[in-house]
Amino acid sequence: MLASHVDNVEAEIIKVVTARIPAGVQVSGQTRIARDLGLDSVAVMDFVMDIEDHFDISIPLDRIAEVETVDDLRNAVEALLKEKA
Amino acid sequence: MSIFSKFDEIRTAFSALTENGRNPFDIRFEKIVSPTEAILDGRRILLFGTNNYLGLTFDQACVEASVNAIREAGTGTTGSRIANGTYSGHTKLEQEIASFYGRRSAMVFTTGYQANLGLISTLAGRGDHLLIDADSHASIYDACKLSSAEIIRFRHNDPNDLARRLRRLEGLPGSRIIVTEGLFSMLGDSAPLREIAAVKRETGAYLIVDEAHSMGVLGKHGRGLAEVAGVEADVDFVVGTFSKSLGAVGGFAVSDLPDFDLLRVVCRPYMFTASLPPAVIASVSAALRRVATDNLLGARVLSNSRRLYNGLAQAGFELGPEPSPIVAVKIGDRELAIKFWNALIDGGVYLNLALPPATPSSQSLIRSSVSAAHTEAQIDRAIAIITDTGYRLGVLNENDTRIAMPAAE
Repeated sequence: MLASHVDNVEAEIIKVVTARIPAGVQVSGQTRIARDLGLDSVAVMDFVMDIEDHFDISIPLDRIAEVETVDDLRNAVEALLKEKA
Repeated sequence: MSIFSKFDEIRTAFSALTENGRNPFDIRFEKIVSPTEAILDGRRILLFGTNNYLGLTFDQACVEASVNAIREAGTGTTGSRIANGTYSGHTKLEQEIASFYGRRSAMVFTTGYQANLGLISTLAGRGDHLLIDADSHASIYDACKLSSAEIIRFRHNDPNDLARRLRRLEGLPGSRIIVTEGLFSMLGDSAPLREIAAVKRETGAYLIVDEAHSMGVLGKHGRGLAEVAGVEADVDFVVGTFSKSLGAVGGFAVSDLPDFDLLRVVCRPYMFTASLPPAVIASVSAALRRVATDNLLGARVLSNSRRLYNGLAQAGFELGPEPSPIVAVKIGDRELAIKFWNALIDGGVYLNLALPPATPSSQSLIRSSVSAAHTEAQIDRAIAIITDTGYRLGVLNENDTRIAMPAAE
């Protein structure tokens, strides 16, 4: 994996989430994934699968349960990438 | 701030669901007439949403066995097996289930939900890895919450994705436990079990298959998808239920692993709940005997399933991917699905309304389940009512009708 790919985890996450929601909806680090984007619990888990594949990591379900915002997800992804390295 | 305010969003969604019709979570039948008919709002209605796959709920032998058991052993066990003891019927039924599956051991649980909850949460301990199909039943998800293992979802029915997610675990300690289902309860699709078993063998994982909807339905001997796929030896644990094909309530797990019976002293959803009453044990025992000796029941439910599936496909409905006793009609819009479901009841047929997030890929479904007890005339009538409703509500239009599909095996 390219270093830049990992360096900008938040931008990568926003890219993946944007593909799943209606065009024009703005997403930032503070965006609450379920509440602000209108995703139900299953849709959130499905979106997280895309994130997992994008970064080639697995985010266990209990960690997903703690994620509310894009920033929370970025932290979880960064921690897992660090564990992997 | 009320203790219920955390459910405000659900309250709103629920109100929207019920304001123009019935409450799909609280349908009240005045009387169940037979496995295929009931009285609702004073009218006779066809039942196409019961999971009563073999139609054994009124089977004479099962009813008699149940009545006799109550007279002989009483109405309940009044407690758990670890405290109040095991009745002879429990042991006998466990032997019969083990023998039905050709397995070394069987354990009976009080519900199918508890069988999944108990088996999965207990087998997968701290440091283990549970890999579950993304479309798993709620009982499997709840087992994950109760388990101390790390939970990973793999993409629905995708063995390559499962293999990829297992590969990411390389080098980590702990057992890998894969969980999938024989028939998935919403769309009636079956798992690619041969391929999943191959991944299991290559990675040294354990494999649990929930055959709740496929027992008595799939396989020459009714042993479910694992029998059809010819991979029973790769399936370490089969979980199932008594509440569908066997027409009662309860759950079970079978295995060949020598230490399986250890679960009886570590599995909390087995240990700390009342055991099944004699009446249930007796009717399940009788139903299992019937399934083991009567191949026609399974053949009948499958031919009935093809009749409903092909009839609805020809009418132009978008259905699940393959004919099975679960036939799901996909309705794009949630509001329309609610209207459709109400109209079907008005028309005289009861199906299940299935809405996201209980459904895969945020789809709204009208889900039917077919029984061996349905007559061809009942199925044809259901097709006619559903088709007529489809035209009236604009789910179908005249150009939709498809070319007749061959009956799939």
